[in-house]
Amino acid sequence: MLGPNGAGKTTSISLMLGLRQPTAGEARLLGLPPTDRRARSRCGVMLQESGTTSVLTVREIVDVFRAYYPAPLPAERAVAMAGLTEQAGARIGTLSGGQRQRLYFALAICGDPDVLFLDEPTVGMDVEARRAFVASIQTLAGAGKTIVFTSHYLREAEELARRIVVIDRGTVIADASPQELKARVPGKKITLVAGRPLAAETLAGLPARVISLSGERASLLSNEPAAVLRELFRRGVDLVDLEVTGADLEEAFLALTRRAEEAAS
Amino acid sequence: MSGAPGERSDVAPLGRMLLVQARSEIRTRWRIPAFSVTIVALPVLFFTFFGLPYVKQTGPNGINLGAYLIASFAAYSVGSVMVFGFGIGVSTERGLKVDVLMRATPLPPLIAILAKVINALAYALLSLVVLIVYGVIVGGIRQDLLVWLDMIARLLVGSVPFIALGFAIGYTCGPNVAPAAANLIYLPLSFASGLFLPLSQLPGFVRAVAPYLPAYHYGQLAWSAVGAATERMPVALAWLAGYTVVFLAIAFRAYRREESRKFG
Repeated sequence: MLGPNGAGKTTSISLMLGLRQPTAGEARLLGLPPTDRRARSRCGVMLQESGTTSVLTVREIVDVFRAYYPAPLPAERAVAMAGLTEQAGARIGTLSGGQRQRLYFALAICGDPDVLFLDEPTVGMDVEARRAFVASIQTLAGAGKTIVFTSHYLREAEELARRIVVIDRGTVIADASPQELKARVPGKKITLVAGRPLAAETLAGLPARVISLSGERASLLSNEPAAVLRELFRRGVDLVDLEVTGADLEEAFLALTRRAEEAAS
Repeated sequence: MSGAPGERSDVAPLGRMLLVQARSEIRTRWRIPAFSVTIVALPVLFFTFFGLPYVKQTGPNGINLGAYLIASFAAYSVGSVMVFGFGIGVSTERGLKVDVLMRATPLPPLIAILAKVINALAYALLSLVVLIVYGVIVGGIRQDLLVWLDMIARLLVGSVPFIALGFAIGYTCGPNVAPAAANLIYLPLSFASGLFLPLSQLPGFVRAVAPYLPAYHYGQLAWSAVGAATERMPVALAWLAGYTVVFLAIAFRAYRREESRKFG
């Protein structure tokens, strides 16, 4: 689930988990009301801004959470999957921010859930922790688990997700695979530097979407980069530097949100 | 580990959940000396200063003053475990947002609360045993074992309104305010209810107010175990039940308010 801050990602997760009540409609989790214990027993959850007591050790808190689930993973396994084996005997209060984030991941997976809800799971993780986390996610997905995670890191979604739901201000603006998402929006990104500062009118009326323009520099998204360049030369734009690349998810995302904005206005 | 869906049970057994949860609560509190040491040491200290000098005296109606004073401080002690344990405990957990994560787990809220009650009863029992043993050894206070057991049972069972008061403080106050609020409410309450000094030694207006206070009626439960109650037990229990309802109503209102703010 992808979207900028304030898009409604956490709210959506809260509704799916029964932590919030919908003002209209109904949320079902595994065919059950989300607050049903049978549904919750098949879910693991990692939330933003949630805490836990600081005086227990990693191993102790994992054992407590394991008792909530009917068929939990062995504690060592959950701790190892979260990359906390060395810290297993450490008190939670002594963990760094990144380690704490990994602990929440261990608590989410220790019940061997069928569905994992991870709200901004990689926030605060360092590079190494993130790599271990990505490996664990891929292992779990390979084992047939459903993993719902939110992110505003677009590359993260592109790298990990099979299906991406883009939401913005509480509305779904796209629901597709990363490939489909890319196909649906301008596929090429043109980055150029002109010899003189560019005026907005110079770039108007091109078969392209302008994503940035400042002085001599401009970025455009288009499906017809050759036509765009031809027209620019015809208009007498003198190029100093030029790059045409495939648009990544970030640009796809930008184009989608722009479209939603234009439709709204 | 996980077999076909039909092979594994749908949910974890509640009994084991309660056991594990209660054990983790007890362990958590044990590692916070500010709680565990204070809760055991303060009643003994207060008894030493306010009670010990008078233990050899005999009160009106031939009451053993030592036993009466132990009963008073025993009531203070259990009440303080409940008010401080729940008041500070609940507000701290809210501050750390432990409750947010717990709400998303399969742990039923009732089991979570029961575990807290078991934890509080365990510390209350510890505090009572230490106080009574201290009174017996240092103060030379002699009572039948059954009398002590009766007192302990009455105090543990009758502690419900103080659990409710603890929840009321825990849900209305933030983690920085709760310790002060618990002290400001519970200490004057104990004094004014005759738990530190017998009522006869307190100012007239305090004596007039005392019969309306929950700790006064709680004290009656303890005093009755040593034959020193001045009130019939059904009356004391009715007052305690009434206060339980009032405190629970306050706690529930605050809980609901926060619920709608946090989870709307």
